[in-house]
Amino acid sequence: MTEAQAHHLDEVEVTPWREYFSFSTDHKVIGIQYLVTSFVFYLIGGLLAELVRTELATPASDFVSRETYNELFTMHATIMIFLWIIPTLTGGFGNFLVPLMIGARDMAFPKLNAIAFWIIPPTSILLLLSFFVGPASAGWTSYPPLSLMTNKAGEAIWILGVILLGTSSIMAGLNFLVTILKMRIPSMTLNDMPLFCWAMLATSALQLIATPVLSGAMVLLGFDLLVGTNFFNPAGGGDPIVYQHMFWFYSHPAVYIMILPAFGLISEILPVHARKPIFGYQAIAYSSIAISFLGLIVWAHHMFTSGTPDWLRMFFMIATMVIAVPTGIKVFSWVATVWGGKLHLCSAMLFGMAFVSMFVVGGLSGVMVASVPFDIHVHDTYFVVAHLHYVLFGGSVFGIYAGLYQWFPKMTGRMLNEFWGKVHFAMTFVGFNICFLPMHVLGLQGMNRRIAEYDPKFAALNVVCTIGSYLLAVSTVPFMVNAVWSWIAGPKANSNPWKGLTLEWTVPSPPPVENFEEDPVLVIGPYDYGTPKALDVVAATLAPPPPALVGEGSE
Amino acid sequence: MQGSTADQNQADITYAATIETSEHHSEHPDLRLFGFIVFLVSESMLFLGLFVAYFAFRVVTPDWPPEGTDELELLLPGINTIILISSSFVIHRADTAIKKSGDVKAARLWFVITIAMGATFLAGQLYEYNHLGFGLTTNLFASTFYLLTGFHGLHVFVGLLLMSAVLWRSRVPGHYSETNHFGIEATEVYWHFVDVIWIILFLILYIL
Amino acid sequence: MKIPTAILTLIVGILITLASLWVSQNNGVLLPIAAAAEAAEIDRLFAAMMAIATGLFLLVQGALLYSLLAFRRKPDDETDADPVHGNVSLEIVWTAIPAMLVLWLGIYSFDVYQSIDSVGTMGSHNMAHQHGDMEMVAVENGPDAARLTADQGALSPDSLSQAVATEAVEPLQVNVDGLQYAWLFTYPDTGIISGELHLPVNRPVTLNITARDVIHAFWVPEFRLKQDAVPGQVTHLNFQPTEEGVYPVICAELCGAYHGAMKTRSIVHSGAEYQAWVDSQLVASQSRETMAQSVDSMSPLEHHVAAMGMPHHLHDLSPHQSDLAQAGNSHSES
Repeated sequence: MTEAQAHHLDEVEVTPWREYFSFSTDHKVIGIQYLVTSFVFYLIGGLLAELVRTELATPASDFVSRETYNELFTMHATIMIFLWIIPTLTGGFGNFLVPLMIGARDMAFPKLNAIAFWIIPPTSILLLLSFFVGPASAGWTSYPPLSLMTNKAGEAIWILGVILLGTSSIMAGLNFLVTILKMRIPSMTLNDMPLFCWAMLATSALQLIATPVLSGAMVLLGFDLLVGTNFFNPAGGGDPIVYQHMFWFYSHPAVYIMILPAFGLISEILPVHARKPIFGYQAIAYSSIAISFLGLIVWAHHMFTSGTPDWLRMFFMIATMVIAVPTGIKVFSWVATVWGGKLHLCSAMLFGMAFVSMFVVGGLSGVMVASVPFDIHVHDTYFVVAHLHYVLFGGSVFGIYAGLYQWFPKMTGRMLNEFWGKVHFAMTFVGFNICFLPMHVLGLQGMNRRIAEYDPKFAALNVVCTIGSYLLAVSTVPFMVNAVWSWIAGPKANSNPWKGLTLEWTVPSPPPVENFEEDPVLVIGPYDYGTPKALDVVAATLAPPPPALVGEGSE
Repeated sequence: MQGSTADQNQADITYAATIETSEHHSEHPDLRLFGFIVFLVSESMLFLGLFVAYFAFRVVTPDWPPEGTDELELLLPGINTIILISSSFVIHRADTAIKKSGDVKAARLWFVITIAMGATFLAGQLYEYNHLGFGLTTNLFASTFYLLTGFHGLHVFVGLLLMSAVLWRSRVPGHYSETNHFGIEATEVYWHFVDVIWIILFLILYIL
Repeated sequence: MKIPTAILTLIVGILITLASLWVSQNNGVLLPIAAAAEAAEIDRLFAAMMAIATGLFLLVQGALLYSLLAFRRKPDDETDADPVHGNVSLEIVWTAIPAMLVLWLGIYSFDVYQSIDSVGTMGSHNMAHQHGDMEMVAVENGPDAARLTADQGALSPDSLSQAVATEAVEPLQVNVDGLQYAWLFTYPDTGIISGELHLPVNRPVTLNITARDVIHAFWVPEFRLKQDAVPGQVTHLNFQPTEEGVYPVICAELCGAYHGAMKTRSIVHSGAEYQAWVDSQLVASQSRETMAQSVDSMSPLEHHVAAMGMPHHLHDLSPHQSDLAQAGNSHSES
């Protein structure tokens, strides 16, 4: 099914379509393979979410069975995290953009890159097949002992899937780290890099450091499940809290793996469309590194109610709050970038600004849940559900959409339709807020999460959330139609439709195999808009007539 | 040091690339060793996670090892440890041989000896497993013991495979030389890594 | 008339501040009533955070919205904007202010945390000292052994004198067991076992929480308190109900298919009412004990469970086993 749908989206010229189904080592092909595959999983994960919201439209458990409900939200989170956001942002955008932005011909290890991608399709199909045996149903956190007691086969598949996807993620991270550190054109120092590359550097460090610990936890959990050891099973002397520590040691950094690349995308998109340099380049660049480092020492804030000792709670509370500082620097810098610009309000820019706006909400509620006494009230409630969706949907997914609108011309050589882009934006923005804003109140009022049935006093707001979620579901339609239609028959894009200054805009759209005919030499900073030089550089990128280069990628 | 030489290479290569634009990807400097070391850093996080889990289990369990569990013998693992540590010096001879003089024959010899030592270590581990009074699921202590040593043993086994692969490839004359010896160097680095992991394991499982 | 920027900024600043202050005073509708002394403290913290959040929210959203309207590109303007690369003093300001805010918030949260921890008087502090907030329990002894030591600890002369020094009222001890999918409340002083949590108003309470099967979490939104119930460990909650009423007790950690149905009530009585309830329970349990010899009657818990339409897998809790602690023991040993 996934292959069929990917097929559908892919059947367009330029690079011959077969290339997209092959073990290609071209970073651009791999990037698009990631993007299309994971978008299919976005739709599947979204479908699961709609089923969840439909169940929650009424207080009683009346749409699906309670067991099925638990399976639905477990797989929803698993798919959205491991098969949509992480592969799209790191694998998709990272692969397509990083080599182009640093003037490289490909990633450092193209074969490893292809292997990392090709781990995903079989693994994801395996995960989907687990629906036939009863998939994992203990939440994506999979806390033992519950995860050891329900749907054993599904849980085993889930563990295997997470280990494999983790391995893929480590391979990708390794590739990015080496590529960014070692493959830049000689004239580009670290401080000349586009901010997306800084973000990917921070992300790949997290992938490399945190993911193995998750694999370790999964191995132990797998032994408990299949062999009968008792690492995490208190009935045999084990300690389930150790699992929580190992799990969150990865899974909190995973949040940054999911948001840092989006930060990077936004730092690229805002200056181009505001026609203004990014405000505080170094602050944004170094704050990515700071977030990445701090992200490794805050995991236990997911466990404030687990019976962690007081000193631990206090340490993790302070560390978590400190993350607000580098994050705040980014947000203020973005606002200052937009301020006083000459805003070109295209779909990419709208999603970009909405990203800042929505992420701020998630960030503010994030500081609130970092406070231990308050978290003790809202932990595991819809307040947290609202918070995480403001970060991961209002943040990551809006960032992904912004990125798709921004680089679609570069990837496909075709322009997206702006009108339908704006319709898509409006529906997504409104639907998102209708769906998730009321959840804050629900959580504060006392609605806990992961429940198929709830107190009837919460019914009204839940109906609102469900309506919002339907609007969100519908909002993907104009986007998909637009993307498919434009890919086939959209107006041809020139090499630099947004008049950007980063290196990917100096090559034709879509870029030829090996990207650069000769190594580019850096003549201008990535965000030097408003300088006379910028005009020359943009003019130069538009100078070579695009028609001569059509079909370049199809050799 | 690693980084600076690579940068040097990069500059050279990219200039070369400017002149002849071919479709091969192998033009950038050889980053494989750097990448491999980054991979080992990542891999060490896996072990670190398991070590920390081991200590956590140890702290929360009142009696460690629980009463009735056989004490671990020190003699055999001690000998094993000495064998494994010595093998690190042996494999280093192979590295020196290839780097100094491109002596593939000597490198092969040292690799064969290292394989023999690694295999002895594994055999010793299996012997110990067979003579222990507890099994994988006996209790938490036993489970952690088998899991940690088993995981390390798996890495030793992979090391043996890597060395065998290097031996196999070295049949072809000129496959490894003074300047081109990634396989040998990476295997050596990996073997040292496995060695260091074992020393830590030995300390926390047998000594502490 | 052209109004100077400085004045406009000042006006906007004042408006944002006023809005923040208003929110800090009027966020009560967002939360359920505060029925415990701790809840009031947490609500004040919430109000403070809401005020800060509102200010920052309005600042950022206002700036974005204003940009959206005021800095649109003119249709035929193809030029770039002014190349402003940054402003060091501005950047220092927006690093320093959030840093100070989170520092203050951290200290304030710590303070609240300390105070809610000590409102439960002897409970938390002694236990925190002697056993830590979390106790890992030797499996051979079962969770209830640790409770026993905890209780003994609380009664040791040293800690007793401390307790007397701080507050005279001894906290009511209640042992809480979470199991799929119900809560069991055992009152060690009287031996009462109940499916609902009955508490006297204005008396400190210490809950000693554990679970039989999987991890659960004890949560009463009106108390603003939540604590995971972890099998094999005993965790504690200390608080003091201040409002009479009936509040939901909710399981907040996914515990299986019927997680959403794992609910009961917490009833905060006046002192006299509570005593009456205790008496009635004691009478009931005595008469039940005599009955239980012959008839396979249902314990209150099983009635409760049956009424909620949950599966009958609680057969290990035979009705005459009035000391559920034993059930807990045998369970964790098996």
